[in-house]
Amino acid sequence: MALSDQELKEIAYLARINVNEESLTSLKKELEDILGLFEELNEADTSQVSAMSHPLDLSQPTRKDEVTEENLREELLKNAPSVKSGLFLVPKVIDGDN
Amino acid sequence: MKNYSEDWEAVIGLEIHVQLSTKSKLFSGASTDFGALPNTQACNIDLAMPGVLPVLNEEVLRMAIKLGKALNAQINSPTSFARKNYFYPDSPKGYQISQMDKPIVENGYLDIETKEGNKRIGVTRAHLEEDAGKSLHDDFEGQSGIDLNRAGTPLLEIVSEPEINTPEEAVAYLKSIHSIIRYLGISDGNMAEGSMRCDANVSVRKIGDENLGTRTETKNVNSFRFVEKAIQYEIERQIHELESGNKITQETRLYDSQANSTRPMRSKEFANDYRYFPEPDLLPINLENEFIEEVMASMPEMPNQKKERFVSEFNLSEYDASLLAADKDLADFFEEVAKVSNSPKLSANWIMGELSAELNKENLSINESKISSNKLGQLILRIEDGTISGKIAKEIFEKLWSSDNEVDEIIQSEGLEQVTDDKEIESIIDGVIKNNPEQLEQYRSGKDRLFGFFVGQVMKASQGKANPKQVNDILRKKLEK
Repeated sequence: MALSDQELKEIAYLARINVNEESLTSLKKELEDILGLFEELNEADTSQVSAMSHPLDLSQPTRKDEVTEENLREELLKNAPSVKSGLFLVPKVIDGDN
Repeated sequence: MKNYSEDWEAVIGLEIHVQLSTKSKLFSGASTDFGALPNTQACNIDLAMPGVLPVLNEEVLRMAIKLGKALNAQINSPTSFARKNYFYPDSPKGYQISQMDKPIVENGYLDIETKEGNKRIGVTRAHLEEDAGKSLHDDFEGQSGIDLNRAGTPLLEIVSEPEINTPEEAVAYLKSIHSIIRYLGISDGNMAEGSMRCDANVSVRKIGDENLGTRTETKNVNSFRFVEKAIQYEIERQIHELESGNKITQETRLYDSQANSTRPMRSKEFANDYRYFPEPDLLPINLENEFIEEVMASMPEMPNQKKERFVSEFNLSEYDASLLAADKDLADFFEEVAKVSNSPKLSANWIMGELSAELNKENLSINESKISSNKLGQLILRIEDGTISGKIAKEIFEKLWSSDNEVDEIIQSEGLEQVTDDKEIESIIDGVIKNNPEQLEQYRSGKDRLFGFFVGQVMKASQGKANPKQVNDILRKKLEK
């Protein structure tokens, strides 16, 4: 399956991976090879097979609705490069589209 | 705003996010309480620290099944989670755990009341997902502050079919969902605090067109009134654009309640692609029949069922019944009053009349009523058993509202018992007739209308305490003599 440069750049952007122009060609080749493997998988007849969303044939265990976590704010904030008034600080975001 | 042409119709679908009122989060044991100090309710899992795994809160399954049942929907088993990938600072994992192919609730419907009668709105699906944290854009030296207390709070996203055609229908649908989630006790539905949020997909087309027009999604609508206004605005904007020969851009728009308008959010260079895939950290969930049946057995009576019962059991009008049943607290209050007073019809009248007026005046909810359901029931009981007249009851109502006294105390200490003794009423009537010889003559010479005048005079003379029915009967006999 052939990928255009544009498609490759879009995929890189969605994954927030910086791809420089020099590596475009080799990356494209690698991705196309991977997509080729999926095309091969697609040829298998799965009409008699039900969809599987997880390889383990088990049902998800659950927990009771109880508060078990205590306030670890001061510990957890230590992991962040920038904090203020109990908040994590990040570069300004103005686009709220999610 | 000008009215748009009659040739157009709107096609509206609503996505409603409902915050589930669990104690702990969807996938962690951190508290979900509203209003805590920033990041005091965000644990390792909510912060997506390396190596953590989500553990599913069982209660959300119960809540989702209840909603599914209330929406006449199918419950999917197995149901599974999916990963929705996007980058945003208030979502530390870089993805949101949501549901895609196998939502827990699918193919339901809801009947709403419209001016033209009942209308059925399809509910495509309701799926579980985790809420994001909050970004604060106040000035932190040019940076944004992130509070992750809300991150991981369980949400049910309820998606309607695009079968809503007017802003009024959209509000009726939203109110109906609101009433259902409150009845089920799965969410407090508080729109101001964001426990219930609504996005509206709106498009317009010429009546008769089979194809849908290009739609926009309006976000940020946080009250029933704003939902109506935002959709109205968006419909008119789209028709105006199309009639001016322009095209509608498929985009997300924000509603600005102060300006009463919508504006586009900054659009991306290309469309978002969330690259959903099955969530590898969570297994599919098999919902055992036993579990589903146990949940269904705990379903409370729903608004529609309650309304039907109010009509059949208490003989209320459809209108009264549906007003009382729409709000669970109000319905409970009514039932208590009806039980104590043994007069459902009168109870309904008092609650929707005097009581509602007082509550509205002081902007109180039914739970904050200054007269308990028991006291109001006592008051109505005293009207029913003839101790006091309806007119006196209104005076007592005022006194109950502003004091802690009991109904019977007030009646006794102020001598407000209704006069039901025939002799006493006769003597009052005799006095009135004696004092109004002119009117008596006119009445007897055929001026029937004066009967009302006499009734009024008698009631006045008895300070409102004479039993009106006896007054009518005795007065008629006396005047005919």
